[in-house]
Amino acid sequence: MSMVPTLLSVDGLTKSYGGVHAVRGVSFELRAGEILALIGPNGAGKSTCFDMLNGQNIPDSGRISLLGENTAGKKPRAIWRLGVGRTFQITATFPTMTVRENVQVALVSFGRQLFNLWTSTAQYARDEAGRLLDLVGMGAYAERPCGELAYGDLKRLELAVALANQPKLLLMDEPTAGMAPRERIELMRLTARIAREQSIGVLFTEHDMDVVFEHADRILVLNRGTLIAEGSPEEVRGNPQVRAIYLGEGLVYDARHREGAGA
Amino acid sequence: MAFYFVQFLTGLASAASLFLVASGLSIIFGVTRIVNFAHGAFYMLGAYVAFTLTERFSGAFGFWGGMVVAALVVAAIGVLVEMVLLRRIYHGPELFQLLATFGLTLMVEDLVVLIWGPEDLLGRRAPGFKGAVDFFGQNIPSYDLFLIALSPVVLGLLWLMFQRTRWGVLVRAATQDRDMVAALGVNQKWLFTSVFAVGVFLAALGGALQIPRDAVHHALDLRIIVDVFVVVVIGGLGSIIGAFVAAVLVSELNAFGILIFPKISIILVFLVMAVVLIVRPWGLFGKAEAPARRTPGLTVYPWRPLGPGERWAAVAALIAAATLPFVSGNYALTVGSEIAIFVIFAASLHFLMSVGGLASFGHAAYFGLGAYGVAFLAKMAGLPMIVSLLLGPLLGCLGAAVFGFFAVQLSGVYFAMLTLAFAQIVWSIAFQWVAVTGGDNGILGVWPEKWAASPSHFYWLSLGIAALAVAVLRIIVFSPFGFALRATRDSPLRSEAVGINGKRIQWTAFVIAGTVAGVAGALFAYLKGSVFPDSLGISLSVDALVMVLLGGVETVSGAVVGAIVYKALNIWLVSQTDLSKLVLGGFIVLIVVAFPKGIVGMLETIRNRRRPSLPKTALVTSRIETAE
Repeated sequence: MSMVPTLLSVDGLTKSYGGVHAVRGVSFELRAGEILALIGPNGAGKSTCFDMLNGQNIPDSGRISLLGENTAGKKPRAIWRLGVGRTFQITATFPTMTVRENVQVALVSFGRQLFNLWTSTAQYARDEAGRLLDLVGMGAYAERPCGELAYGDLKRLELAVALANQPKLLLMDEPTAGMAPRERIELMRLTARIAREQSIGVLFTEHDMDVVFEHADRILVLNRGTLIAEGSPEEVRGNPQVRAIYLGEGLVYDARHREGAGA
Repeated sequence: MAFYFVQFLTGLASAASLFLVASGLSIIFGVTRIVNFAHGAFYMLGAYVAFTLTERFSGAFGFWGGMVVAALVVAAIGVLVEMVLLRRIYHGPELFQLLATFGLTLMVEDLVVLIWGPEDLLGRRAPGFKGAVDFFGQNIPSYDLFLIALSPVVLGLLWLMFQRTRWGVLVRAATQDRDMVAALGVNQKWLFTSVFAVGVFLAALGGALQIPRDAVHHALDLRIIVDVFVVVVIGGLGSIIGAFVAAVLVSELNAFGILIFPKISIILVFLVMAVVLIVRPWGLFGKAEAPARRTPGLTVYPWRPLGPGERWAAVAALIAAATLPFVSGNYALTVGSEIAIFVIFAASLHFLMSVGGLASFGHAAYFGLGAYGVAFLAKMAGLPMIVSLLLGPLLGCLGAAVFGFFAVQLSGVYFAMLTLAFAQIVWSIAFQWVAVTGGDNGILGVWPEKWAASPSHFYWLSLGIAALAVAVLRIIVFSPFGFALRATRDSPLRSEAVGINGKRIQWTAFVIAGTVAGVAGALFAYLKGSVFPDSLGISLSVDALVMVLLGGVETVSGAVVGAIVYKALNIWLVSQTDLSKLVLGGFIVLIVVAFPKGIVGMLETIRNRRRPSLPKTALVTSRIETAE
């Protein structure tokens, strides 16, 4: 693993709101092709952390180095231009467009055609949009109005949109929130497959431990703004501090094994 | 010194009425999210009814009782309006509510003339407050002192009502999250109705209290509504304290502006409003608006460019329109030219509203700037018509570039208000800078050259430019830029996350719309042979809004149809009846209630219904199966 280049390195990330230290000195690294989960109980600082990484929040101090560039305090669109795709906890799509057009808009932006006033968008990168939709299993729905999609399909569409700028890093905020158990597994399998094939790094936050332990290569555990553990799923699962603070009493993952997850 | 103090007190007294009306508007907006354009009409009705009652019943009891009864009567009318009209459209797009209440305003304007006549009515003095108090040689009407004392009392009463009663708690809760209040089992219908009644009562009382100070006339509504919009925007929509502070601020600015900056007194208030909105986008005491929830049940069909058949139909319609000079006289051609010009104007606003989601309430500013641009070039620089027509709109472009930059920093109602303020600033400059613009007398003698002078030639010119403008705007809608603009409207979050600089896209769209509006204005100057400040006025901006909404805001080119129908109807009605506003207002209200998607939107819905429907359910059920 050490030969793989570092995509993202976070150093001493800190943010407070008034007297509340939301995030305190968080540091970690993410390598290409690696799937990293950021977990923690509610209020641990996951979302604050995430928002600082994707540019929606400005850190008080600390460095966020994305592909060697410091992105702390940069706008989300600037971070996107560096090669970061992202999905939202509550899907954000363009409901008045078709599924294909949703992807085409991202491709238009990627091709720097945003101020093109004259050509027709319908033919712009049509095949590339179709390819991305096929990749996430949405090819058959390409001409549907996006507003008609079921929630699970919206999540897939978001993934296709997030892949439009050939990202090196995917930031996924609770990618499976609001989905049924089997759908969650499906979506994360899909994400993991794409990430491995294209060597994309993935950072995601998640509440569903089944999803986390099945797909994450490494797990970061956040509690009250500080990282309390970091390591492989086995290491994190075995960490008594994590058990005490996060996993709680009894409901530990290894107690009910993976096969039982769908039941 | 005493003079300034008296001036200060006069300002405070004017603030009383303004505060009452503004607080009513604010309360209604807070709970129902309706920006009640008819609030000015209720204010005016309050004044008229109070006039009648105080004339009929003599004595102090008759006077004060008459005021309160007048406010109650108007509040009852408000309840009726709310139950019959507004309840049907709470779930419609927010602009439709504005349109409906605007239609109501038009109706009321004609109705008061019908009932009370067109003359100014002078009410009687308030019993007990007829005299004046001497203050170091300056006279202060004692009624002014009464008003100054009244507004803090009303503020206190409102505060008590909102803090200490169960109803007040519900209203405050609904202001924060009305869906949650509904989920808690509160009867929303009656909450909304009661809030509307209170708001209208305050407006009508504000109107009634003005009669000892001011003549009652049928243009009171528009005059107050603009001031009130300014007040609630400065104070923050939904905040009563904000309305109070802003009412005082605005009234004092008016009182002292006239003394200190007589040249720019009119724009002073709007300048302050623009500054407040830029520094504190939600007003002094307002809170950020929650993002508008998408209206349920309104399916938006993704837009398509015209199919081959539709394209031919459009060309055929254009050719048919071009044959008009062979079948009709000069009057019809002049009307036709005017309609064509308004098609351009409406299409430009429609582009901004439907594609950009930016409802400008001051779009006439760019129309008027285009007209003045032409007038300057043709009259002062003496340029030929073609050159003036090409360069004149650049003034609209320039105005849109400057104002648009600030306007797109805001969204929703606040965007609408800021554009309104900018338009008022431009209007005031045209009105007051007599040396350059001729002020109220306008600039005369902007006639087309020989080749375009005959009505038929000018008609063809206007029609050709209109067709070109609509075609260009359509191309832009379906261009990558058009998609980027729609993306910004649909989801600012997502569009930012795919690298789109939404503000810059919106700014560009604003400039495009302003330039096209300027083209319309340039033609209009030549059609009328003159330019007046009216070409920048609020009523023209509102006309454009009505055309867009009439055509259907969720369509690509609905404004074309909206402009033709509205303008033709308007011109025809004015020639046929003295009650054109009543009929037009009624027509608008009917359209809003019966066809909330506008004329073209309705046609599209019918067309989509007739198409074999996609197996939509299969998609949903397949997901549910896997979700099991």
